[in-house]
Amino acid sequence: MYTDATQGTLDWPLAIFESLKKAKVRQIVYVPDAGHAQLIEMAHNDPSITTTVLTTEEEGIAIAAGAWLGGERAALLMQSSGVGNCINMFSLLASCRFPFLTLVTMRGEWSEFNPWQIPMGQAVPQACEMMGLQTLRVDDPVDAAKSIDAAATLAFESDRSVAVLLSQKMLGRKKW
Amino acid sequence: MTANPTREGLDRRSAVQELLKERENILVVTGLGSPTYDVFAVGDSDANFYLWGAMGGAALVGLGLALAQPQRPVLVITGDGEQLMGIGGLLTIATKKPGNLSVVVLDNGHYGETGMQLSHTGLGIDLHKIADAAGLEATEIKDMAGIAGLRRTLKHLSGKPRFATVRISAENPKRVLPSRDGVYLKNRFRAHLGLAVN
Repeated sequence: MYTDATQGTLDWPLAIFESLKKAKVRQIVYVPDAGHAQLIEMAHNDPSITTTVLTTEEEGIAIAAGAWLGGERAALLMQSSGVGNCINMFSLLASCRFPFLTLVTMRGEWSEFNPWQIPMGQAVPQACEMMGLQTLRVDDPVDAAKSIDAAATLAFESDRSVAVLLSQKMLGRKKW
Repeated sequence: MTANPTREGLDRRSAVQELLKERENILVVTGLGSPTYDVFAVGDSDANFYLWGAMGGAALVGLGLALAQPQRPVLVITGDGEQLMGIGGLLTIATKKPGNLSVVVLDNGHYGETGMQLSHTGLGIDLHKIADAAGLEATEIKDMAGIAGLRRTLKHLSGKPRFATVRISAENPKRVLPSRDGVYLKNRFRAHLGLAVN
């Protein structure tokens, strides 16, 4: 778990969840991350949202595409390491211009203790850009809700693939 | 491994034709390669979504669709190589248990698109046993009577998700190619369901 370096001032996981609800997201799929823990719990506790745990992150891209084909909006929650697992599956989004929204909790960029997190964490913005995803970065909890709102509009109204990168500075330092 | 395609097993086109007979309101997702060609060869439909890439994703596109459309039966038709690449997805499907989803693997034990190299199923792995262990309603089908029996379960909307290994011969029939335009395929599928196109 993380220390509540910034969470004390604003309940940003709740703000993000409310923004996803407002954007009519009906399916939330995820590979767990400590930074997403509250959001995942809120999703599971909400009967109007179908919440699915994945064995690997790229599954979530295919599920999100299927959801859109069936008239539902989905969001994928993952950690920065998961972005690397998604690379080829991102081509599904580009080939069909599927709307896609993912929330990525960042590692390897702020006070990182584990050097194994750094290579993929540092590569996330380029990896997203390389595969045609737009990225929005959130460094301040105050911006969380409006960033999700903006990303959801880009994704679901303009048929874009969008990754919201939740910075490690905002998430707080992991306790070891 | 040396490619040694077996001539045993069902003719894939005949099997798919029998499977899709009287399909009515079934929504169909196909895995890249031959299953896409097989389903198109049997007859195009706005209710077909053909994958030309996204290897490993077919059954999961089916899952997202089945969860979004619980009143419509969803059928995924894919190949052994495609399903093997997304093998964990069978476990994800098993956790959600959508009763309106069926996954059918046309299993010839080979990678047909790339020169008939042996796949893991050709080396002895049984996908239906993995699916069974995960809690899906899993069967192995070796004859046309089995296909007819499977067909009668495809419109179910409840119970366990169904999974079938269909043993087909390792032959590449003449390619019959649907559109490769993903945006077109997406939009016509949504229009079929009465959904708005952005």
